[in-house]
Amino acid sequence: MDRKEYDQLADELKPAGHKIKNAFYAFLYGGVIGIIAQGVLEFFMNFYDISQEEATPMMIITLVLASCLLTGLGIYDKLAQRAGAGTFIPITGFANSMTSSALDCKSEGLVMGIGSNMFKLGGTVITYGIVSSALLGVIRYVITLFG
Amino acid sequence: MNYIMAFLFSGLICLIAQLIYDHSHFTPGHITSMFVVLGSFLDLFHIYDHLIEIFHAGALIPITSFGHSLMHGAMAATKEYGIFGIAMGMFDLTAAGITAAILFGFLVAILFKPRS
Repeated sequence: MDRKEYDQLADELKPAGHKIKNAFYAFLYGGVIGIIAQGVLEFFMNFYDISQEEATPMMIITLVLASCLLTGLGIYDKLAQRAGAGTFIPITGFANSMTSSALDCKSEGLVMGIGSNMFKLGGTVITYGIVSSALLGVIRYVITLFG
Repeated sequence: MNYIMAFLFSGLICLIAQLIYDHSHFTPGHITSMFVVLGSFLDLFHIYDHLIEIFHAGALIPITSFGHSLMHGAMAATKEYGIFGIAMGMFDLTAAGITAAILFGFLVAILFKPRS
């Protein structure tokens, strides 16, 4: 049995209910992270009396810190097993991927382990974010020049 | 009301990502990359700015907002520095998130023991 046949068979045997359940949990957990983010955002807006735009980086720093700590304690990965995309799509998932790659490679040393492996999973987001933003940015810049 | 909006939009994006994940062979890395590209694309015609106005943190927390912020910082800097602004302003808005992730990720990796 080659890889293709195996995948086909595995797909047929996969219970359909799982996908609906996974989708529900992704929606729920993703939504709850959105609510937490909104709470933190409004807290900083009121605390420093600033606009939403200025409070956004503070909110992101707070959530990234929480995510890194939860990853270190092993809680985030337990949540991720159930929530799936609900935990890897929010910005907390980016922090989680960097922390967990660094932790997993800790035994290889400070430089070759933590230093060079930190971006192993999360780096793709930065790479494609910059490449696409630069290309689209040039397009928009040219449009504004002539528009 | 803001909380309901944040819940719905953040949840919806995660739901779409989960559906793609379950019905394809993409890894989370593929999906997050796609969503970042989508985010910077949606900033092309200022669509994402409207989404943030309506859904607040619900639109700020998914990874799509990372692409939007990269693009937004780059475009803001082009007003002052021309074409060079794209590279000069790229990290203006996302610097906080990336710095925090590297710093806290490093500290956690130093202080905690791996669990897998």
